Amino acid sequence: MDAVLHALVEPGFLSSPNVRLALAIGGLVAIVTAGVGVFTVLRGQSFAGEALGDIGAAGGSSAYLIGIGPLWGFLGISIAAAAAMELIGIQRARGRDLATGIVLGLGFGLAALFLYLGTTQSNTTGAPVTILFGSLFLLPSSNLPLVLGFGAGTLAALATLSRPLMLVSVSPELAAARGIPVRLVGAAYLLAMAVAVALSALTIGAILSTALLVGPAACALRLTSRPQRAFFAAAGIGVGCTWLGLLLAWDSYYWPPLHNGWPVSFFVVTLVLIAHLASGAATARRPHGRSR
Amino acid sequence: MTDAPALNVSGVTVELGGRRILDDVGFRLTAGELTGLIGSNGAGKTTLLRVILGLLAPTRGTVEVPSDGRRRSVGYVPQKFLLDPDMPLRGRDLVALGIDGHRLGLPRPSRARRERVQEMLAAVDAEQFADVRIGRLSGGEQQRILIAHALISNPRLLLLDEPLANLDLRSAREVVSLLARIADEQRIAVLISAHEMNALLPVMDRVVYLADGRAACGTADEVVRSDVLSRLYGHRVDVMRVRGRVIVVAGDSDDAEPTHPHSHDHGIEVF
Amino acid sequence: MFSGFMVNAWIVGTLVALAGGAVGFFIVMRGSAFVAHAIPNGSFAGAAGASLIGVSTLLGLGVFSIAGALGIGLLTRRGRHDVATALSLVFMLGLGALFLSFSVEYEPAVFSLLFGEVLGVSNTELLPTIVLTIVCLLLLLILWRPLLLDSVLPESAEGINPLIIELAFLGLVALATTMTVPVVGTTLIFTLMIGPPAAARAFTTRPGLALALSMALAVAISWAAIALSYETYWPIGFYVGACSACVYALSRFWGALPRLRHGSMPPAQSFAQKV
Repeated sequence: MDAVLHALVEPGFLSSPNVRLALAIGGLVAIVTAGVGVFTVLRGQSFAGEALGDIGAAGGSSAYLIGIGPLWGFLGISIAAAAAMELIGIQRARGRDLATGIVLGLGFGLAALFLYLGTTQSNTTGAPVTILFGSLFLLPSSNLPLVLGFGAGTLAALATLSRPLMLVSVSPELAAARGIPVRLVGAAYLLAMAVAVALSALTIGAILSTALLVGPAACALRLTSRPQRAFFAAAGIGVGCTWLGLLLAWDSYYWPPLHNGWPVSFFVVTLVLIAHLASGAATARRPHGRSR
Repeated sequence: MTDAPALNVSGVTVELGGRRILDDVGFRLTAGELTGLIGSNGAGKTTLLRVILGLLAPTRGTVEVPSDGRRRSVGYVPQKFLLDPDMPLRGRDLVALGIDGHRLGLPRPSRARRERVQEMLAAVDAEQFADVRIGRLSGGEQQRILIAHALISNPRLLLLDEPLANLDLRSAREVVSLLARIADEQRIAVLISAHEMNALLPVMDRVVYLADGRAACGTADEVVRSDVLSRLYGHRVDVMRVRGRVIVVAGDSDDAEPTHPHSHDHGIEVF
Repeated sequence: MFSGFMVNAWIVGTLVALAGGAVGFFIVMRGSAFVAHAIPNGSFAGAAGASLIGVSTLLGLGVFSIAGALGIGLLTRRGRHDVATALSLVFMLGLGALFLSFSVEYEPAVFSLLFGEVLGVSNTELLPTIVLTIVCLLLLLILWRPLLLDSVLPESAEGINPLIIELAFLGLVALATTMTVPVVGTTLIFTLMIGPPAAARAFTTRPGLALALSMALAVAISWAAIALSYETYWPIGFYVGACSACVYALSRFWGALPRLRHGSMPPAQSFAQKV
C-alpha cells in the first residue's frame, strides 16, 4: 500500500509550502468558478466567459508592465470589459458574437503589446507563459487572502442573488413582471463572472480559464438538473480536477523530456475534458425525458 | 400532361424517441391542386414536411416526389427565415440563386438570366423591394421573395411551411390568392401547412387533416365533418360552419358518444 | 522597409489577407465566429508539436487545422457553441502549451505563435503559402454559389448536401488558418477573418461586392499593420487587432448614419431605392 502511494505521489508533495498554497488557492478558485459557471452554462454565455478570459490576458500583461500583481490586472480589465459588454448590450445574438469577437481581437492585440513592452522594457521574462497558461506553483502567498476575499464575496453575492438570477436566466419577461430589476441582476452576474474568470486566469492562465469556468459546471448540469446540487457537483469536480492536476504536475517533474515538469494547466484542462466526456457517456444511457 | 401524381405519400409512419409522431399517413396530390395540410402544433405537420423533403427518413412507408432525371423537382418555402438585417444579399440575388444555386463555379452574367429573375419578381409582385437587403424586409415581403426563389426552377411540387403564421389578415389573403393562381396557371401541386384552416378554405382543393399523427384526406366537405374528425381525434369533436367559416370545437376527452350539445365543453379550439 | 527579409513579409501579408478576408466573408455570413476562434486553437497545438519534432510548422498547422475542422464539422451542429467542442479546443491549446514546454525555446515560441511575427515566414515556406492561397481562393470561387445559398437558406432542398458544404467551408477555414498563423498568430487570425467582412457588409448589399471589399479591407489592414510594426517594433498582432476594431467601428458608424440623420429607421414600405 505504501509502495503504491509512493508511486503515485512523489515525495514532498504535501510538505512543500508552494504546493499547499497551490492546493488552497486552486481549491478556492475551483469552488468559486463552479458557482458562477453553473449560471454561465444555464444562461448560454460561455462565449462571453471565454471572451472575458481572453481579454483578461491584456489585463494580466498590462499588470506586468506597470509592476502590479497579475491578479489586479486580470480583475481590473475583466471588470471593465464586463461593464463595457453590459453597456453596449447588443440585442441580437449574432451581433453580440461579432462585437465580442472584435473586442476580443482588440484585447489580445493589447495583450501582445503590453507583453512585448513588458519584456523589452522591464526585462520580465516568463510573462507570456504566466499570463496565458498560468503558474499555479509560483504564486506568492499574498494572493491567498485576496483570493479568499474575492472568492467569498462572489459566492456570497451569488447565493443572495441566486433565486432572482435563476428567474431572470429562465425568462427575463417573467422576472420583469415580478418587479425584479433585470438589467441590474444581469450586470451583477457579469461582474461575478469577471471576478471568477480573473481568479481562474490566475491559476491556469487567461487562455485556458474557460475550462474551469464552463467544464465542471457543464458536467454537473448533465448529471443533475437542480442548480443547488449542480453547484456542489461542479465544485467537487472542479476541485478534484485542480488538485489531481497539481498532483500530476508535481509528479511529472521527473518525466521526460526535459525533467522540468509538465504544465499544471495542461493537466487541469485535460482532466476537465475527460470529466466532461465521462459525464456524457454516463448520461447517454438515460432515456430521454422529452421526445424531440 | 401526365397522370402521374405530383406527390405520393404511402403508409408513412415516423417514430422518434419512443413516440409515434406519424401513423400510417397516405395521400396523393395532383398537378394544379392546392392542398392544405392542417393540424394544430405538435400534430406532425413539420415532421411530415421533412419526410417529404427527404430530410427525415420515415420508420415505415414511402414518399414519391416528382423529379427531372436525377434532381428532385420540389420547391420549398420554409417558415422561419433570415433575421440578420446586415446580411449583404438582395432579394434579387436570392431569387437568382434559385436558378442555379447548386452549380459549382461562378455564374456567367447573362441577359436571359436577369430577365428571368425580373419576370419571377414581377409574378410575385416583389419588384419594388427586390434590391433591398433581404434581412430588412418585412415577413410578408421576405416570403414573396422566398416563393419566387422556390418557383424559378420550375418545380412540379411546391411546399410551404406555415406561410400564414405571422402575417396580418390582408397579407395572408394576398399570399393565398397568389398561391392559388400559381397552382392553377403553372400546373404545380401546392401543399400549404397551416394550423388555421379558414384562410385557405376559399382556395383549397383538398385537405390533409392531421391529428395526433393520423391523417384524413379528401375535399374540405368530405373531411371537415364532425364524424370524420371525431374518429380522427379519438374523442368527440364538433364542426360548425358559421357564415362560411369553420369552427372546430373539442369536447371532453372522455366523451366517446355525442351527448347533449352544451355539456362538458372545455373551451374552443379554433382550427 | 521594402528590402531583403521584409519582402517575404509583404508577400505573405497580402496573401494571408486575401485568403482571410475571403473566407471571413462566409464566416460572418454563417455566424461562425466561434469556428474562426476555435480552429486556430487546434492549429496552435499543431505548430507547437511540429516545431518540437523539427517538422515544418506549416505542415503541423495544416494537419491540426484540418483535423480540427473535421472534428467540429462532424461533432457540432452549425452555429452552436457546444461546451464539449469548446473544451476540446481549450484542450488543444493546453496541448500546445505542453508541446512548447518540451522545447527549450519556450518563451519566444509562445509569443510568436500566439501573436504573430512579421518575419515569421521563411523562404522555404513562401512557395507553399502562395500555393495554399491560390488553392483556397479557387475553391471558394468554385463553391461560391452553393456556399452562398446554403449560408442564407440552410434548408434549401435542392441539390446541395448541407454536411458536405459545411465540411468544405470548415476546410476552407482550416486552409486560411494554416497560412495566417505564422504572420498574425493564432489569437488574432480571427480578427482578420471577422473584422473586414463585418465592416464590408455595412457598405454594400451585393454579395460579390461585399466579398471583394472584405478582401480589400483585409489587405489594407494587413499592410498598415506590417508597416506600423516595422516602424515601431511593436507586435504586428496588436496593429491587426487595433485596425480591425477601428474599421469595424467605422462601419457601424456608417451604418448608423441614416438613422442619425432621419432620427428613426425608415419604414418598410418606402424601400423603393437601393439601400
